[in-house]
Amino acid sequence: MPERYPGYDVLAKRDSPSWNDASRQVIAERLALLDVPTFFSESEWQTLRAICDRIVPQPEHRSAVPLAAMVDRKVAQDRRDGYRQAGLPPLQEAWRRGLAALDAEAGARHGARFHLLTASVQDALLKAMQAGQLRGAEWGDMPSQLFFKERITHDILAAYYCHPVAWNEIGFGGPASPRGYVRMYFNRRDPWEAAEARPGHEDDAREANERIA
Amino acid sequence: MNALHDALHAPRGKNGRAPDPLRVAGWMPMREYAEDDAVDFVIVGTGAGGGTLACKLAEAGFSVIGMDAGAWWRPLEEFASDEAHQEKLFWTDERLCDGDNPLKLGSNNSGKSVGGSTVHFAMVSLRFRPEWFKSRSLLGYGADWPLDWREMWHYYTEVEQALKISGPITYPWGPPRPRYPYRAHEINAAGWVLAKGCEALGIKWTETPLATISAPRGQAHPCVYRGFCVAGCATNAKQSALVTWIPRAVKAGAEIRDLAMVGRIETDAASGLATGVHYHREGQWRFQRARNVVVAGYAIETPRLLLNSANARFPHGLANSSGLVGKNLMTQTNQGVYGLMEDEIRWYKGPPSLTITEHWNYHDTDKDFFGGYAYMAQGPLPQAWVSSQAGARGLWGAALLHEMEKYNHQAGLKIVGEVLPQERNRVTLADEKDQYGLPIARVTFSYGDNDKALVKHAIGFMTQAMEAAGAREIWCEPDDTAHLNGTARMGDDPRTSVVNADCRSWDIPNLWICDGSVFPTVGGVNPSLTIQAIACRTGDRIRQLAARGELGLARP
Repeated sequence: MPERYPGYDVLAKRDSPSWNDASRQVIAERLALLDVPTFFSESEWQTLRAICDRIVPQPEHRSAVPLAAMVDRKVAQDRRDGYRQAGLPPLQEAWRRGLAALDAEAGARHGARFHLLTASVQDALLKAMQAGQLRGAEWGDMPSQLFFKERITHDILAAYYCHPVAWNEIGFGGPASPRGYVRMYFNRRDPWEAAEARPGHEDDAREANERIA
Repeated sequence: MNALHDALHAPRGKNGRAPDPLRVAGWMPMREYAEDDAVDFVIVGTGAGGGTLACKLAEAGFSVIGMDAGAWWRPLEEFASDEAHQEKLFWTDERLCDGDNPLKLGSNNSGKSVGGSTVHFAMVSLRFRPEWFKSRSLLGYGADWPLDWREMWHYYTEVEQALKISGPITYPWGPPRPRYPYRAHEINAAGWVLAKGCEALGIKWTETPLATISAPRGQAHPCVYRGFCVAGCATNAKQSALVTWIPRAVKAGAEIRDLAMVGRIETDAASGLATGVHYHREGQWRFQRARNVVVAGYAIETPRLLLNSANARFPHGLANSSGLVGKNLMTQTNQGVYGLMEDEIRWYKGPPSLTITEHWNYHDTDKDFFGGYAYMAQGPLPQAWVSSQAGARGLWGAALLHEMEKYNHQAGLKIVGEVLPQERNRVTLADEKDQYGLPIARVTFSYGDNDKALVKHAIGFMTQAMEAAGAREIWCEPDDTAHLNGTARMGDDPRTSVVNADCRSWDIPNLWICDGSVFPTVGGVNPSLTIQAIACRTGDRIRQLAARGELGLARP
């Protein structure tokens, strides 16, 4: 798939008036995250990484956003959402139990752990989980579709879309303080916003994006 | 973790000073009271209800302490332009949600900081339709309020002036209201999509009255349209309680204690009157004496505190002789319809809801349901947007990434829809405990048939509006909600309400409740302006009652 915002890098604005010190600090910490587990065991980590690769299949031409590590830190720090459906255990227990249950399902159905399966077989298992069709004993009283919706997609996608790489992909402006925006009407782009590639005019967009500061 | 979280770890409102949120590293002097000094009022919670009332009571000359479980932030230096980091503003302590339609809380509707949810609210500042204060008598549903709309009209004006609300020159619906103090904000493309739809379908629309300034005010400059409103305003354009009522309260002599979690209200065994509050601060439980206690924790924490304060004399919780504490929990339906526009929209720019139509709040025919709804333009940031895409459409993998790339061409409309009160929707105590050892809230919610009919109507109408505005690939988000109200309703009869029109509990004359919990019905508009108007009225009423010698019951 061709890039919609070629050459756009929200980090080019890092030293511009769009970023205050607080934003610089927060994003710098996010980018410095080490891609290692601090909460999950080695086998949980393997399963989690494999799930992340299916929920957000990242292109190979750029370094991957360390989604598993971002989820790991949320779980390690027990950063909860402020609500929990009654069928779901607390954050840490839900992840532990869900990862183990998915691995057990993989073993029962395909004779191998989840991370060793092919992508299409992994997708089929995740679809079955999303539909609530995984009901092995390891799930206990936690409905698999609730784990899929409230933990897997909720936590992994929240991690991806708080990363500058995802902002570049969708043309989001990123941090905007103290400098906000001026041009508010249809089809009006501030010079510090991502330029979208029009078919046949990709180079114009790239040029505009490389001028952003 | 780092300096940006300092406010979460050590209280700032102490040693005779408090943070000044309007100046970098600023402090302001603050009066302090001793714990065995029975102050006139301890107020639990400093948001739209408690923050406003603390200001009004302090300015009336009462001794006031406001307690908040959350931190006292300095937005200019501590707020990042970042959805994830700003989770520090939300109430993320555990709550259990069940019922047919379990609610989402946290970022959606629950704040935990000095200023409460107003620190991250979307600033939409609307008046109730007058008839809603008597919806049972005049419209045939819900319950009547013990308040008169003409009196509320006066208090709405007071709040609009205090917050310098920016709004249209003339408001298209309802009885005349004074000119908004500040001009309306420029409309963004997402707002114009709403306008195009309304005009095509022949209904009125207008600029949304917003609590973010469109011209300089004091030390704050006008809104710069950075679009992170619901993650907290880093420039102080947003007129939250944190930068309006709270500094006024402190200046008038109120003490605000941050990082102070109230766990129980104490009552006197003989008289049954409230004597003060047990609160947790700096690692230990403490007790503050007071002549009056006001609970202002919003519609989950308020009933939770009243229920957690049960004792031998009040075994079912305080102020609960009616059995209604925790019942009639109302959210508001918040369904969305989204579509793809040929034009670039870039809906992340500016406040998210710059235009509105209240047509279906004021138009009573062509409806197959009671109540009404407003709908507004939308501008979700990436994390919120992916949550809608994955939550409502079940998308993930390549299909999701493909949809997300359309971000800058999306537009959408969302309702704030009236939910009718039902006793089965309620807040109770769970067995599970929080970090203070207090039972957490169980929040039970199910839509009624009327709620479902309203949503169906709204989705149908907004779909037409998006089509008329030129959108393609239209889809709806069927299950979102917003705001929390109604778990300690006000009324004229102690058998069917928890507090009277003055927010004074029927059972314990020196115990008051002043927040969205007191709403008997919610209407089809965002509640914050009404909560603040009620708090202003309560402040005035307390001053009048005190002058007549009707307070001071608890003087030890």
